[in-house]
Amino acid sequence: MLSLYAPGTSPVHRTRAGLKLAALAALGTGLFALPRIEVVAAALVGVLVAGLVVARLPARALWAQVRPVWLLLAALFGVHLLVTDALTGTVTVLRLLTLVLAAAVVTATTRVTALVAVVEWLLRPLEVVGVRPARVGLMVAMTLRFIPVVAERAARIREAQAARGASGMRLGLLVPLLIQVLQLASTLGEALDARGADDVPARRPRRA
Amino acid sequence: MHWGRRGAAAADAPPLPRTAVELRDVTHAYGERTVLSDVTLTLTESRIGVIGANGSGKSTFARLLNGLVVPTAGTVLVDGLDTRTQVREVRRQVGFVFQDPDAQIVHPTVAEDVAFGPTNQGRPADEIARRVDEVLDRYGLDGHRDHPAHLLSGGQKQLLAIAGVLVMEPQRVVFDEPTTLLDLVNTRRVAEVIEGLRQDVVVVTHHLDLLARFDRVLVFEDGRLAADGSPAEAVPWYVARNA
Repeated sequence: MLSLYAPGTSPVHRTRAGLKLAALAALGTGLFALPRIEVVAAALVGVLVAGLVVARLPARALWAQVRPVWLLLAALFGVHLLVTDALTGTVTVLRLLTLVLAAAVVTATTRVTALVAVVEWLLRPLEVVGVRPARVGLMVAMTLRFIPVVAERAARIREAQAARGASGMRLGLLVPLLIQVLQLASTLGEALDARGADDVPARRPRRA
Repeated sequence: MHWGRRGAAAADAPPLPRTAVELRDVTHAYGERTVLSDVTLTLTESRIGVIGANGSGKSTFARLLNGLVVPTAGTVLVDGLDTRTQVREVRRQVGFVFQDPDAQIVHPTVAEDVAFGPTNQGRPADEIARRVDEVLDRYGLDGHRDHPAHLLSGGQKQLLAIAGVLVMEPQRVVFDEPTTLLDLVNTRRVAEVIEGLRQDVVVVTHHLDLLARFDRVLVFEDGRLAADGSPAEAVPWYVARNA
């Protein structure tokens, strides 16, 4: 989600973010409610068609999302072979694989702001108890933005420590990283003020 | 790297109304430590440079100009607006570009981040889209509109930070060491961008050659305004002082 958006004009790209997230939730519910191999296989094919054919996403973009969970899926299948049977293991693994791929299709075809707008919309009922949806949306967007920034700063500190002979100092990384993050947060607070974040409207402006 | 239509939109556009920033007996302290003492001056020139050693008070001076810092004593007025009591109006008139662009880019992708400021101003979505397109094109970022900001080069990040401020159409822009983290090519590019702006600018910098064509240069020393004059006067004075 940090950098997965692949610009495009396909019907999947043009579908409203809220609808895509609702479909993702429905798919997850449906796959767990109907744990049959033909249902799961059909859903997997449907997701692959939506991603590769309709949205025209490169296969490597989807594979990049599957790769981190590949070992977990294999291990899960192995456990099922031991405690249940191959069919149950196949259904379980394909179900998770389908959901990972479906989530990848949604994030690759939806801008972060559109996803954040859905979060804000979902939070609107909480306005009556003082929640400001735009503030929460900004927080979500900034979290996504600053994960790679903080990771980069951690890598720089690790390099600086390695250059001075330190190795394997996991805890030694924490203090300088915390100091840098606090400095970053201080400047970020000023930047938010300078860019008018204090004026964040209760709701996003709509197209005229 | 693609730079887009360099400053074309800015050059074609009509000049903005000039701003006047007035500091009256301004002192600022962080706790017990006074970082700026008794500064009184009026800024009306279009191009103003601010130089001084580290810790001389120049960054605090810059932050006073759009109300990021309010003086512990004295008054800062931007076109008559008091930064202490009318800070929102002041910030609509005075934009601020920080030294580290990573600290001021708040959205994950380029176009989304540029849209942040005008969205906060409550502009209609169509106008935001038009403004975003315009500044992305002007600063050569149109090809990066959906790119993650953290994957941009240092120079592109600084251009994005500048675009994110200019899209709000301030009348004066304050730059706090905008080229310190940049290489030579990107330093030149940012200098060109600053030179091409139709806004009034205040640039805090250690790159003295950026100031050659400026109207006025202020030199800070130990929290006091030590020199104030044209680049031809103030820069050699500062260099001789630090020789």
